[in-house]
Amino acid sequence: MIKKEMIAMLLAGGQGSRLGVLTSKVAKPAVSFGGKYRIIDFPLSNCINSGVDTVGVLTQYQPLRLNSHIGIGIPWDLDRNIGGVSVLPPYEKITKTDWYTGTANAIFQNIDYMESFNPEYVLILSGDHIYKMDYEVMLDFHKEKGAEATIAVMPVPMEEAKRFGIMITDEDRRITDFEEKPEHPRSNLASMGIYIFNWKTLKEALLTNQEQSGLDFGKHIIPYCHKNGAPLYAYEFNGYWKDVGTLHSYWEANMELIDIVPEFNLYEEYWKIYTKTEILPPQFLADTGFVERSIIGEGSEIYGKVYNSVIGCGVTIGKDTIVRDSIIMNQAKIGSGCELYKTIVAEAAVISDGVKMGIGDEFPNETDPHIYNSGLVCVGEQSFIPAGVTVGKNVCIFGRTEAKDYPDNQLPSGRTLIVKAGDVE
Amino acid sequence: MAGGNSYRMKELSEKRAVCAMPIAGSYRSIDFALSNMTNSGIQKVAVLTQYNAGSLNEHLNSSKWWNFGRKQGGLYVFTPAVTADNNFWYRGTADSIAQNLSFLKNSHEPYVVITSGDCVYKADFNKVLEYHIEKKADITVVCKDMPADVNVERFGTVKMNEDSRIEEFEEKPVVAKSNTISCGIYVVRRRQLIEMIEKSIEEDRYDFVKDILIRYKNIKHIYGYKLTSYWRNIATVEDYFSTNMDFLKKDIRDYFFNEYPDIYSRVDDLPPAKYNVGAQVRNSLISSGCIVNGTVENSVVFKKAYIGNNCTIKNSIILNDVYIGDNTYIENCIVESRDTIRASSNYVGEDGIRVVIERNDRFVI
Repeated sequence: MIKKEMIAMLLAGGQGSRLGVLTSKVAKPAVSFGGKYRIIDFPLSNCINSGVDTVGVLTQYQPLRLNSHIGIGIPWDLDRNIGGVSVLPPYEKITKTDWYTGTANAIFQNIDYMESFNPEYVLILSGDHIYKMDYEVMLDFHKEKGAEATIAVMPVPMEEAKRFGIMITDEDRRITDFEEKPEHPRSNLASMGIYIFNWKTLKEALLTNQEQSGLDFGKHIIPYCHKNGAPLYAYEFNGYWKDVGTLHSYWEANMELIDIVPEFNLYEEYWKIYTKTEILPPQFLADTGFVERSIIGEGSEIYGKVYNSVIGCGVTIGKDTIVRDSIIMNQAKIGSGCELYKTIVAEAAVISDGVKMGIGDEFPNETDPHIYNSGLVCVGEQSFIPAGVTVGKNVCIFGRTEAKDYPDNQLPSGRTLIVKAGDVE
Repeated sequence: MAGGNSYRMKELSEKRAVCAMPIAGSYRSIDFALSNMTNSGIQKVAVLTQYNAGSLNEHLNSSKWWNFGRKQGGLYVFTPAVTADNNFWYRGTADSIAQNLSFLKNSHEPYVVITSGDCVYKADFNKVLEYHIEKKADITVVCKDMPADVNVERFGTVKMNEDSRIEEFEEKPVVAKSNTISCGIYVVRRRQLIEMIEKSIEEDRYDFVKDILIRYKNIKHIYGYKLTSYWRNIATVEDYFSTNMDFLKKDIRDYFFNEYPDIYSRVDDLPPAKYNVGAQVRNSLISSGCIVNGTVENSVVFKKAYIGNNCTIKNSIILNDVYIGDNTYIENCIVESRDTIRASSNYVGEDGIRVVIERNDRFVI
């Protein structure tokens, strides 16, 4: 008989629209992070390192990259005879076929999957945070408190608390009340979107609330459980935890990895982060190259100068090129004589010789100022940038651009240049 | 064939079989033979190990890295075993096959490719097999013309006639009659191999080259297949050093790393290499998991090495998991894996390459 004490359900269907063109062709959990990783590697590695060997990954938005990355779970040792990783997309039913309309709705639509493992507890995770956490310790807390649901929380500065879902607890950590993005927060314990439920409690709550449109954990399931008087507890987590939901926080979290002893340390032996590695060879640094305060992935060839940057695998950086404060993802090609400042170059993009990016004064972005800000330049995946052009700040470029897209070889600050090819929506 | 030791590898072989020698930052030498096999569509591979196979077994911990481990075929590791009718180590290459003859007998594949695991090359064994069939050969030996200035006395040299049939085969000749050497790669029909091995063992002959190739060269049709692409054997310290240094050349890197087909290896899940303030790396290969704080020039640094502040590493090979303390100077050296070099040390290979073995205590966090 199959029996798993705790299984995990990983919500990976979101678009992450605030990452702009980085998520135009991939779901946010599949976006590269820290050179060789993808964001989803962190929760998946946490699962296997915590002894959770059954993980359902709920996908919806642009799942191709996510599917091929996860495969049968070999990199995380999640290729199991019983359990392991399963990718769970929405599927057609006899009645009420629907997309995943909310976080809890996605879980509800996979009740049969969870039931098949006969679990005691279900761990709900989201695929868009960077952190290392031992879910087993959280489960111990859950059991010790006799909770029906435990919510992982993190103390945040009081002035930032209004951006989060806030939990108010008694001295025993039992949740007495909660507020979603409160104007005047009564506590600074922010929900991290990580829940442990007793399977019985969760199942009952999902079945009872199934008609609710956009069924959501924070908005519906937790309040429902609370209303019924179920003991809810807050598990306080004090390690590194980063929401990389915006371009700026994404850039910042990457830059934190290059500190001498980073707060989030990938070099620790006992809590490894696993990822699918396609590129194995060592990286080559040429005579003309210079690298300082940077991390670089496998198989990259560096002929230019790199400062304060995060470089992925299989990247080429040409001679006399300067890359500073930038993120260059896997397989991107940067020509020679380029200058890149605070530029995010997505996977397999090609930047021709003599291109300068992140130059000049800062102006707000014309189309999406809430996405493209902080002086960052963002180049979407597989984009092409012709030789010799100069690009300003707060700029977004996506598609196979040509010289005629850059009047006077210039793209001033604040512009959005998206070239729609046949296959781009 | 991965059982061998080589006294020419000096101290480097104290730790591991030659086949497990780390190559080009991220690989071990057996990866090349195994990758060539999987890329040639060979699904069933037996690795014969004997000498110091710890590192090798660790490397072969799963067959999935090379895409073996299918329902058809698989990766088998055979070490000598005491059985009811055998209590010997492998007494030679032919004996190592003989002791595992039941594996060959129980297989159904018509042909066998025999290779050594200490060579760095890419080869399509299908092409060798096609040639073997076309020539109606009994055994095909993959050969390579060496440049005139290379001393071939540690190889087996062959002399072929105009039809490529091997007329002379000399093992480690004092005065070589030819500059064509055997690469240690053979193709032979399975039934033929079983027959020849059984006969040799009956006569107490245990060496594949001496007792089969050389002994049968006039009776059996032994043909030479010339390999024209890059091929290096790493069985001496000098060859090992220069083979690694070859990977600093762009054409060699492109050939092995960027051209189809790929070379596979065990995945180690190490973080990206990190360069802190003070890092100055020129014309060098750096592998994943390294942390560099000093100067590295014309060197190959393997995985997970730590290079301290104000260090200078020149023209050297730093093997896996080496810790180098601050203010250290290393030139013309091979630093053995898991070494811990104390701060302010000085190691220079004066005439030739120096192998550095330092077993200092390391504080592990």
